[in-house]
Amino acid sequence: MQVPAQVEYEKATSVEHALALLARYGPQARVLAGGHSLIPMMKLRLAQPEVLIDINGITDLCSINLTGTQLRMGTLTRHAQLLESSLAGEHFAILHDAERVIADPVVRNWGTIGGSLCQADPSEDLSAVFAALKGTMIIHGPDGQREVSAREFHTGPYETVVGPAELLTEIRLPIRRGGGTAYQKVSRRAGDWPVGAAGAAVWLSGDTITDAGIGLTAVGATHFVAAEAEDYLRGQQATEQTLQRAGEIAAQHCRPVSDQRGPADYKQHLARELTTRVLRRAVARARGLPPGAVACGGAASGGAASGGAA
Amino acid sequence: MRVTMTVNGSEYSREVEPRLLLIHFLRDDLGLTGSHWGCDTSNCGACVVWLDETPVKSCTVLTPMAAGRRVTTVEGLGNGARLDPVQVGFQRCHGLQCGFCTPGMMLTARWLLNRNPDPTEADVREAISGQICRCTGYENIVRSVLWTARHEAGAGD
Amino acid sequence: MTDTLHPTGNAPYGSIPRKEDARLVRGQGTFVDDITLPGMLYGAILRSPLAHARIVSVDAGPALAHPRVEAVLTGADLADRGLAWMPTLSADVQAVLATDKVRFQGQEIAFVVARDRYAARDALELIAVEYEPLPPVIDVTTAMDPAAPVVRDDLPGTTSNHIFDWTAGDKAAADAVFASADVTVGCDMIYPRSHPAPLETCGIVADFDAVAGRLTVYATTQAPHAHRTLLAMVTGLAEHKIRVVSPDLGGGFGNKVPVYPGYLCAIAASMTIGRPVKWMEDRSENLMSTTFARDYHMHGEIAASADGTILGLRAKVLADHGAFNATAQPAKFPAGFFHIFTGSYDLQAAYCEVTGVYTNKAPGGVAYSCSFRITEAVYLVERLTDMLARRLGIDPAELRMRNLLRPEQFPYACPTGWQYDSGDYPRALALALEIAGYDDLRREQAERRARGEYMGIGISFFTEGVGAGPREHMDILGLGMADGADLRVYPTGKAVLAISVQTQGQGHETTFAQIVAHELGLTPDDVEVVHGDTDRTPFGLGTYGSRSTPVSGAAAVVAARRVRERARAVAAAMLELSADDLEWTDGKWRVRGDPEQAAGIAEIAMAAHSSLALPDGVEGHLDASAVYNPPNLTFPFGAYVCVTDVDAATGEVKVRRFIAVDDCGVRINPMIVEGQLHRGIADGIGMALMQSIAFDDAGNCLSGSFMDYLLPTALECPSPELGTTVTPSPHHPIGAKGVGESATVGSPAAVVNSVMDALAPLGVVHADMPLTPACVWRAIQGRPIRPDLALS
Repeated sequence: MQVPAQVEYEKATSVEHALALLARYGPQARVLAGGHSLIPMMKLRLAQPEVLIDINGITDLCSINLTGTQLRMGTLTRHAQLLESSLAGEHFAILHDAERVIADPVVRNWGTIGGSLCQADPSEDLSAVFAALKGTMIIHGPDGQREVSAREFHTGPYETVVGPAELLTEIRLPIRRGGGTAYQKVSRRAGDWPVGAAGAAVWLSGDTITDAGIGLTAVGATHFVAAEAEDYLRGQQATEQTLQRAGEIAAQHCRPVSDQRGPADYKQHLARELTTRVLRRAVARARGLPPGAVACGGAASGGAASGGAA
Repeated sequence: MRVTMTVNGSEYSREVEPRLLLIHFLRDDLGLTGSHWGCDTSNCGACVVWLDETPVKSCTVLTPMAAGRRVTTVEGLGNGARLDPVQVGFQRCHGLQCGFCTPGMMLTARWLLNRNPDPTEADVREAISGQICRCTGYENIVRSVLWTARHEAGAGD
Repeated sequence: MTDTLHPTGNAPYGSIPRKEDARLVRGQGTFVDDITLPGMLYGAILRSPLAHARIVSVDAGPALAHPRVEAVLTGADLADRGLAWMPTLSADVQAVLATDKVRFQGQEIAFVVARDRYAARDALELIAVEYEPLPPVIDVTTAMDPAAPVVRDDLPGTTSNHIFDWTAGDKAAADAVFASADVTVGCDMIYPRSHPAPLETCGIVADFDAVAGRLTVYATTQAPHAHRTLLAMVTGLAEHKIRVVSPDLGGGFGNKVPVYPGYLCAIAASMTIGRPVKWMEDRSENLMSTTFARDYHMHGEIAASADGTILGLRAKVLADHGAFNATAQPAKFPAGFFHIFTGSYDLQAAYCEVTGVYTNKAPGGVAYSCSFRITEAVYLVERLTDMLARRLGIDPAELRMRNLLRPEQFPYACPTGWQYDSGDYPRALALALEIAGYDDLRREQAERRARGEYMGIGISFFTEGVGAGPREHMDILGLGMADGADLRVYPTGKAVLAISVQTQGQGHETTFAQIVAHELGLTPDDVEVVHGDTDRTPFGLGTYGSRSTPVSGAAAVVAARRVRERARAVAAAMLELSADDLEWTDGKWRVRGDPEQAAGIAEIAMAAHSSLALPDGVEGHLDASAVYNPPNLTFPFGAYVCVTDVDAATGEVKVRRFIAVDDCGVRINPMIVEGQLHRGIADGIGMALMQSIAFDDAGNCLSGSFMDYLLPTALECPSPELGTTVTPSPHHPIGAKGVGESATVGSPAAVVNSVMDALAPLGVVHADMPLTPACVWRAIQGRPIRPDLALS
């Protein structure tokens, strides 16, 4: 098995302590949470930090709470904890849809949601989820706390706005009435990174979509967001035609890259297909229907038959 | 740096490089060779041990991260001469062939049954879905876990 | 049901639990990486990042200066000792450490020896290698172009990448059949490069004792004796001064048959430094440099009459062997047993040509439960059969049933020379269809199609030949493929069986004990099986190609029967009768007509070692040996049915059911047999849906980790539904045939046939494995993907 290069190690006991250590060691220091994004990179020597700052002891960061109209999740929350949280699942079915297909059960026991977000792999699922939910990232730094929209959190592949002396501490999701959410991923095998994935959140007033959030993973969507498709849906009736049109628009604005998971044309197709499917499911949930129900009028329902040809 | 942790109920304190992976610490420093490794990318699960009663992939944990915690390996399953019922189940149902993935599979099975004493077949398959077996095609591993569940519930075989 | 135990009594064939489990469930197995010897050092290999390049210089100085590094070996160092090249199992040569050129990405360049594995890994980065890149040969279909770069310019007189041409069958007869047939169907199909990927990677602890002049190696080897002979040839050490120990192995599947450069490096290092040296490869090394499997680019054709009678088969194959010809198969068969592509049908004629080619990729080709290329052969014939069925509008089960060989045709000489030993094929197929509920499945399929849902039913019927093999036809590097067994019976009636084959999880410690126990009226607990240590076992060629039961199993039976015959003579002396007065029934030698007067092996053994007067010619012991030269291969067969559901919009495939009826002759331990079948079915699902080793056009391996080379998990594998028929092998002493590879051989075609059946309404006729979602979707679009190259 491959092994990491030499590294030094510090254990942080609080957020302040972590920030002090980050300031002391500078950009060659990396935060170590679950390690299930960072340590594999270190073993392959694609990442060679000089110092690791272990924040697993900052147990305050491991929490899921309802505060007013927000679901607040500490970034040290393990993926498994998010999947098991009925509080999270009640308010955002998308969180459970996604966690169920992130990595595998054993990795989820130790990997953290903050670690995944900060790794910022273009195929990372929660990035799209929080983009669709229009979440807010709370970042602590030497000058105090700042907030960044989840939709502006990523600056490029493996790059976020979190500076070398800063720590992502919390994700906040606004809770609004009348909403429904869903996530779906296509991968080559259980536990594999997605070939393409989509997450949707819709808010309805009667049959009208008052707001929509669409997040896309692994298909080259800017900031993991399908903004043009969201704009299109706002004010539309939730029908099969509009949901399919939204899928088309989402796909048009993706720039997927061919790799061994799939060629670019297929990923573009997935962007369209999966966007439509998660919108259907989200609409059904917003209406209080079971996710497989036919939620809206118009052609074809979910499942194997819809729109096979390009 | 010095790291102290409890492994299978005994405390160990050793001088290690921070980068030492927990799987290597257990195998090479402590001689607990029952846990194995089989890949470079946290996929195969041959290295699964418990960290504070939770299965983790020990190839993706640095030894200092386990400091002050409790580790359980296959050597800590069962009670001296008495096998854990999971181990009995695997023997009864031919849940192992080469035995390389087996320690990790059994530790995940034990954890599953502790939380869910009456799992469905789907629950078992999901629980072990992050661990690869090349020999059994998984069928007898699933049967071994279900046998253990029935046996522990007193249903006998 | 495999979790119900049989009481053993004196007839111990049956599903008894395994003896090896006692240590394995406690984590007390001994695998190579578990072994630590005093003073042991750790090796690591520096590997080439380039697929084809001249080596300009190698500077190991900075690595040697590392405080924890003890030595660095380069190609030049090995060349001084005549160790830079080694023979392969196909009588080619392979570089141990590269000297002139590197010929595949991942090829070995230098070997670092350090005090611990972390320092060894660090030191790799301190070795500076200067390369002059050369254009690589990656696509096997262009490797024979006149302008293609030459991979093996080290071989004198070599001006192309051609290795061999091999043919089988009767070309003229086949051509005549095809010329006059009503229908012919042809197809290009690739069986992509795959990798056995046992969970334990390959490795070695090499320990040279300079004072005794003795080398001991603990190694991941499926063939300890063959390795010992090869090591003797390469190192110049006498064979009796080398001990090869194969401890517990974490799977093999053919990956642990070859001798790898890392083994020789560790041995050379131990001989140089005078301390034990351990080398364990990591997973990327395993996937990128050890023996791959398959990589056959095939064009197949099937000829039939309008009523669906299959008349003939033709195949033309380009075989990608990588940079060195290192396939492991009997020497006379460079394409292995591919010419069994005649399948399970009564053909008039068949002809195949296989051309082996060098490319700038890792060497190998024969591995991963292929039964020496029978995986490729069965895939080809079963895909063609399905395509023929579709062309003719005949149900694929019906078409097969019409064409399967009939029991009265056995032993059957197929058009390419194999003599199939026994089988009732129609019965097996009928049973598989019954278990599957085939008619109901077709009804369900019709209903789903009307709703726009895509469900597929795929069948595969296979015949394979295992248990290589008769020594006059089958040798590897001149070593005939016979195997041996030594059986000793101690005075208290306990026995030790030493065998030359090597389990990697197949349960030999149990099944071979059962064989002997059955022959001698003992219980399996009375029989200890010794394997894996060349100091303690007889010579033989090892375990692969499902040969353990057919060959060593037979040797064990023969040895046991020789023990029984010795026992008869002693029993006669004990009972003061003549040997002819005794007959063997119910586990004892009994007096004819007075069966209560009897002697069992235990008491006979004690008598043999006692002061009992023995007649002339009868020695005071019961021990016996046998070397078994099989008269033929054995021919297990099976009928498989696979049901899949395909989401045409995403291309995702779900395997809903897998039905497998297998006939491997007499089953010693049905529970163990079924375990082998479960695994083979998972192999088939993996290969059909997700496994391939791919390269980009620079020769970069795109599948060098388990993130990229995907293996099936418990979620992809349904619970197999198994059925059994038993047609004993007429020539095997207990009628057993071997089964370890059968399901791997038969299952991929069933899965692919199922998916193609699902997609038939969309006009898809064939798509190459692996049928990933992208691949399925692109096939539906009419723009299929080649699985062996980078996707674009």
